[in-house]
Amino acid sequence: MPAKRIIPCLDVKDGRTVKGINFEGLTDVGDPVELGVRYAAEGADELVYLDISATKEGRNTFTELVGRIAERINIPFTVGGGIASVEDAARLLDAGADKITVNSAAVANPELISEISSRYGRQFVVVAIDAKQIDGVWRVTTHGGSKLTDLELFSWAKEVERRGAGEIMFTSMDHDGTRNGYPNTTFAQLCDSLSIPVIASGGAGSAEDIVEVLSIGKADAALAASIFHYGEITIKELKAKLQKAGIPIRSVAN
Amino acid sequence: MIAVIDYNMGNIRSLGYALQRLGAEWKLTADPEEIRNASHIILPGVGNAAEAMANLKRLELPGVITKTRRPVLGICVGMQVMCRHSEEGDAECMGIFDAKVKRFHEAPGVKVPNMGWCQLSNMESKLFKGIASGEFVYFVHSYFAPLCSDTIATSRHPDMFSAALKYENFYGCQFHPEKSGETGERILDNFLKI
Repeated sequence: MPAKRIIPCLDVKDGRTVKGINFEGLTDVGDPVELGVRYAAEGADELVYLDISATKEGRNTFTELVGRIAERINIPFTVGGGIASVEDAARLLDAGADKITVNSAAVANPELISEISSRYGRQFVVVAIDAKQIDGVWRVTTHGGSKLTDLELFSWAKEVERRGAGEIMFTSMDHDGTRNGYPNTTFAQLCDSLSIPVIASGGAGSAEDIVEVLSIGKADAALAASIFHYGEITIKELKAKLQKAGIPIRSVAN
Repeated sequence: MIAVIDYNMGNIRSLGYALQRLGAEWKLTADPEEIRNASHIILPGVGNAAEAMANLKRLELPGVITKTRRPVLGICVGMQVMCRHSEEGDAECMGIFDAKVKRFHEAPGVKVPNMGWCQLSNMESKLFKGIASGEFVYFVHSYFAPLCSDTIATSRHPDMFSAALKYENFYGCQFHPEKSGETGERILDNFLKI
């Protein structure tokens, strides 16, 4: 059975890592490749790179960056941000990405999931779902939570699975950025209702939060950004805590 | 020169980069002559086994692969098409390994595809020199080769299956060594030293 995965997420703008990072021994903390190499060596199971460039030049820089990441990184990595067509996905696949993640574009055009999946395989497609609770109903949002849709979380997740997604990355917009932990009951319900892996994103403030979402929340993987970037906890320390809590993880010898 | 067989089955870029990191010279090729003359042959593959077999046949490569005496490594679907048969598209395969490839069954707690890092056990080949039982490698697959007389490593999902196979000069691994961190790079390096 696969181990539970720990996935650092790096935001990239115009080819540079965005969030403030404090790492000893890294000559260029703004270089997404160096940072990825560092995380991989520390025991990250996968990496996610999200392009938050708003310009065409920025996106071209990102594609070139994906090639350099593939050259150096020896673990799987997912890329996303602004993928709106099969051509966008193909460009990133050709550059060397193992998986792509789509979010708003999949909501606007669900057929996109089916098209990318049938062409490049289920394992290539991670669909990100952002949702928030409104009057007791989990409603799907897009554009970083700013647009509310009519879709309901569980039925949308089912449709995404049926259309050929290989994994679902779920973020609760009620928890994202709060660092208060994840909605574990909702995660458990979501994981039970799907036969594809679920990645928990948004809300981790501590190792304990990640322990809980991988146990009570039944998630297959946890994605986090700030707790790693700000050096609050290393991946090695986190994995030691997960192991102590009885969660199956990949240990890395060194 | 290592021949990486080009039969239009998925992205081989990461395999190429992994070989490059190991300092190996390699070439993507579908030319039977180049494949015959290579020091090592790698048959990669992401995708559908029936399509993979059809592509190999169209390129007239199954005969080249099965007859070579050079070390051959099939990866993922590349390994599966070296088995006798695959349930995926009911494909008759090359019949090098004595296994019939089957699909995993979804069950509570058993997700298909089997995607992620799983442990290796029962390794018995120089392919795994320096690799300890319990080390993790990266898998992405919905089909698997059951245990058979050619099994040289196992993993579980949840039942035991063949993580790697060997028959004479032919090796196959279900996992992706090129995506399996340092463990995977060591396995690839071991293959290149055969």
